This record gives sequence, C-alpha cells and structure tokens, in this order.
Amino acid sequence: MNVLEIQDLNVTFATEGGPLHALRNVSFDVPEHRIVGVVGESGCGKSTLINAILGLLADNGQVDSGRILFGDHDLTRLGPLEMQSLRGLRISTVFQDPMGALNPVISVGRQMLHIQYRSDLGRSEKNARSVKMLRRVRIPDPESALDRYPHEFSGGMKQRIAIAMALMMEPALLIADEPTTALDATLEVATIELLQDLQAQIGCSVLFISHHLGVIAELCDDVVVMYAGEVVERGTTRELFHDPRHPYTERLLRCDPAGQSGRTRHLPTIPGEVPDLRVRPAGCIFAARCHRYEGICDTVPPEVGAGGHRARCHRVTP
Amino acid sequence: MLYYSLKRLGLAVAIVSVAMLLLFTMIYLIPGDPAAVALGPRATEAMREALRIKMGLDQPVWIQFWNFFVNAWQGDLGNEVLSDRPVAKVVMEQLPATLALIAGGMVWSVALGIPLGCWTAVKRGGMADRIVGVFSVAVIAVPSFVVAIYALLIFAVTLRWLPAIGAGEPGDLGDQLVHLILPSLAVGIGWVGYIARLVRASMLEVLEASHIRTARAFGLPDRQVTYRYALTIAILPTVTLLGVGIGQMLSSAVFAEIVFARPGVGKLVYDAILTRNYPLVTGAVLVTTVLFILINLIADLVVGYLDPRVRSRL
Repeated sequence: MNVLEIQDLNVTFATEGGPLHALRNVSFDVPEHRIVGVVGESGCGKSTLINAILGLLADNGQVDSGRILFGDHDLTRLGPLEMQSLRGLRISTVFQDPMGALNPVISVGRQMLHIQYRSDLGRSEKNARSVKMLRRVRIPDPESALDRYPHEFSGGMKQRIAIAMALMMEPALLIADEPTTALDATLEVATIELLQDLQAQIGCSVLFISHHLGVIAELCDDVVVMYAGEVVERGTTRELFHDPRHPYTERLLRCDPAGQSGRTRHLPTIPGEVPDLRVRPAGCIFAARCHRYEGICDTVPPEVGAGGHRARCHRVTP
Repeated sequence: MLYYSLKRLGLAVAIVSVAMLLLFTMIYLIPGDPAAVALGPRATEAMREALRIKMGLDQPVWIQFWNFFVNAWQGDLGNEVLSDRPVAKVVMEQLPATLALIAGGMVWSVALGIPLGCWTAVKRGGMADRIVGVFSVAVIAVPSFVVAIYALLIFAVTLRWLPAIGAGEPGDLGDQLVHLILPSLAVGIGWVGYIARLVRASMLEVLEASHIRTARAFGLPDRQVTYRYALTIAILPTVTLLGVGIGQMLSSAVFAEIVFARPGVGKLVYDAILTRNYPLVTGAVLVTTVLFILINLIADLVVGYLDPRVRSRL
C-alpha cells in the first residue's frame, strides 16, 4: 500500500523570462510506514515538490499534468478548502527554519490548541493532548511550556515543538523539509532519532527532504535523487548507496565530505551548474555536466521506467 | 510586564521633566518683559515691579525654573493674565472637548485604515489595491484644515446633513456626537492613509514569514491565518505610529477647532496667543506635551501587551 503516489507530475511557474519548468515528469511512491528521502542540491525542485503536494504553490505556479494520489484523493484536483482539510490532519509538515516556524506573538499552548480546531475534544482535553505531545518530543516541564512564547525556547527546542505540532493529529504522512539543516550536529542526531521513534510509534510515513547524504542514509528506507526538477534515480537506500547507477548520483556520493579518508586540500565537486530551467535542453538534463556523456544524450531525453531501482540515463540498461 | 511598565513610566516622567526645561527656556528667551506685556503700555514702573516680584521674575533664573518645575508637578501652572484664574483650571475645562476630537480622529483612522490596509495586502496588485493606494496618498497630502473647510461646505452648508459649528448641547451625548463627526473626520482622515499604507506594507511582510507558511501547512483556516496569525503582528508598527500620530492630531485639532468654532485646547491656545496671554500659552502647551507623552506611554504598553518579545526584552 502506498500512502502517496506521485505520477508524472509537471509543474511550471510563469516568470518574466517565460515559463519555468520546475518539475518534469516526477514519479515516485511513498509506501506505508516507510521513510522516503528526497535528495538533491539547492534549486532541484525539492521545495516546489512539497508545495505542490500541500497545495501551497505560489500564485504564479501551476500543476500542468500528472497526479498526486493520497488515499482516494488526487491532490492536484482538490479545491483549496478540501486541501486545507487534509493539511495538518492527514498530511503534516515540519519546515527547515525552526527559528521562524512558530508564531512569535501567540503562546505555544494556544498555537497547539488552534491546530486541534477540527477535534471534538474539550479545551482542557486538548491542552492535555498538547502536553502529551510536548512530553513525547522531550520538552522539559511541558505544562508550563504551554504558557510560554516561542522566543523563550532554544532553536532545537523550537524544532521539537514544531515536530510535536506536526504530529499532533497523527497524520498519515509527515513531510519533513530539511528539518535538521539549521541545527548543529549534536542536535541533528538527536532530532533524527526523535523523528525515527515518533514515526515508529505513530506509524506514519515520512517524506524526508534533505541535501545531507549522511542523514538520508541513516534515516531513510528509500531514496529519490532529484536533479533540476527531474527524478534521476530512485531505489532503496541500500541499492542507491551501494550501487548508484545514474552518473549524478555517483558524483553526488563521491562529493560527500564524510566519505573522505585523510586530509585533502580539495573537496570533490561536480563541475558546471544547474541549467536554466526556462530553457531545458532537448536531451538529458545532466548531459552538460556528465562524465559519461555520449552523442545520444544531447538529443533524446532518457526516461525512467516504473518500479524498483531505476535511473534516468541512457547508459544504464534498466 | 510590571517591570516593563514601571520602566516606561519612569522614562515618561524624565521626558516630561526635559520638556518642562525646554518650555521654560523658550519662555525665558522670548524677548521682552513678561510683566510689561501683561500690564500693557499704560502701566507704571512701580506696577511692573510689583508684578515681577509676584511672578518671581526678580529671582535668579535657576530658582525661577525650580519654582516652575515644582509648581507644575503639583498642578499649579500659575494664573492667566486676563481673568487671573488658575491656568490649570482653564486648560482642564477645555481639555475634554479636545480629547473627544482626537479620540474621534483615532476612531476614523483605525476603523478605516486597518481594514483598508489589510484588505489591500490580501488583494495586492488588484484594482482595489491601486484605488486605495491613490486615495491614501491623496488624504495624506491634503492638509486637515482644507478637509475641514470642504467637509463643512459639503455636509453642513450644501447638504445640511450635519451641524456646522459648536460642540453640541452640554449633557446631550447624541448631539455632541453628531457635532463631532465632521471635525474628527478632518483630524483623522490623513491618518487613514498613513495607517492603510503602513498596515499594507507590514502585512505583506508578515504574510511572507515562514510561520505563516507553517500555519497554512497545519491547515488553519485562511481567515484565522490572516487576522489572528498575521494581522496581530502587522498591527504592532501601527500602534507605535498612532502614539506619534496623536501629536500630529493635536496640532491639526487647532485648525479643526477654529474652523468648526469648537471649544478646546487648540482654540484656547490660539486665542491666548492673539491676546498675548503667555502663562495660558505655556500651561496649555505643557498640558498638551504631557498628554502626548502619556499617549505614547500607553502605545508602548499596548505594544508590550501585544508582543511578548518586547515584554521580555525590557
């Protein structure tokens, strides 16, 4: 059973320089009870993907084709009110910036109360639930935390409160948008472990967005590698890290500083930069930076098939 | 919150003291002998000397200031020249009418400015946004006495909907309110523009904040996100601006009171200047200054009440 199925999703933004094709033929599944990681460098379409799922694309963005199946719903066809009724209840989100994620002028308890507006519980029962959630994310003295304001907590605590809020209604799907990027290394490990525990307790699926390969390897069951708005490779974490097939994944893994043994003056990088998405090349999107480039790459766009471990590359026979 | 309030109160007292020093210096530096001005050209030197001693002008300047300072804190602002009545009493008699005028101006500016600003921020770029933008700049640019005269011409003289002059029958609240509509509109309409622009700008900024995205991602209804999560933050600069704006309204109240022939501190100062009644001018200006500082104190306390970050920082 899949909680979320994304099928051939295309998203464009209207810009002054013409339409920007931010997501092209994106397909992958998030199975029940699994943590799926999405990895890619800045500008690869990770945030657009989240916003498309949540129905929060900017005014100039639109889904051109494709489906986002969540349960019985195709999220691309739902109206704003139907989308709103799923957000926070069935699909919840933790964002990257813990410092700004909570409203600064409303107390933590009141914000947690607001999130439960769809529940039939009484006020004191809702507060008891908030306290329970805060305790689960290991906030010390959760009762008094309700009356406090976000600026009275540290960054790590704020991120844990944000996680508690996101999991408040026990959603089927949690989207975590680089939840640990703004935290220091020790807190990062603690937050990852916390997310793992909570995911197991609640039994939800997680779509985990990150550019940190170590975190992805640690936490995720499956991995989707994105480059310039396309899924270039997907598979289980094991398959992907031990047998990377797409040249981009290969290079990306080689760039992880954690893989360096011994001292070096030069960290490996991928030469070149992400292409301008307003003028997509006719062939493979990665051709210009690829170390395994050949003639066909410039003219024919490679496609990625369904199922299993797949890479969008001519050099890989599926 | 208590500590914050006390701190702000202490600061307010200090500011009033400095204002007194400045006011005293100003009067002291005005050329001419106050006693001569008060008594007129036909008074004898002996009469002037007697008044100088009565007013304490024969004493060293720092003693004069000290007396003025101590008396003023005790509510004694001296006696006015024409009728020899206590200045404090004369000013206090006129104060309620001015306060009503300014409160009315504030009601106009807040009741129109905040919804307009909020509305144009949510519907930014549309036709309504542009029209309100032009309207805001227009009302900011037109001086309040021009608004007063046109309002008088249109609504009182031509259409005869509203009374032209006076403050209404004493004791008749309804009549007083009807008399308040036009003058308070003249005082407040410029601030509708300021507040609409300010609320729009801060609203646009807040709506981009990541906590607003979080609120939406948690499925909170649009209305709650806009009014509870965004507007409570976007309103904070407006509260501070209003504190300052009341000073501006106090000065436009002078025009409104003259055009509409309303009693009030503004009219009082105007008449006092025409008759060179300096103790009355000093007293009225001091009361106005204290009022201004007091209102800013209230504005600061309101911001502290609304924004927990300010509360704990101070």
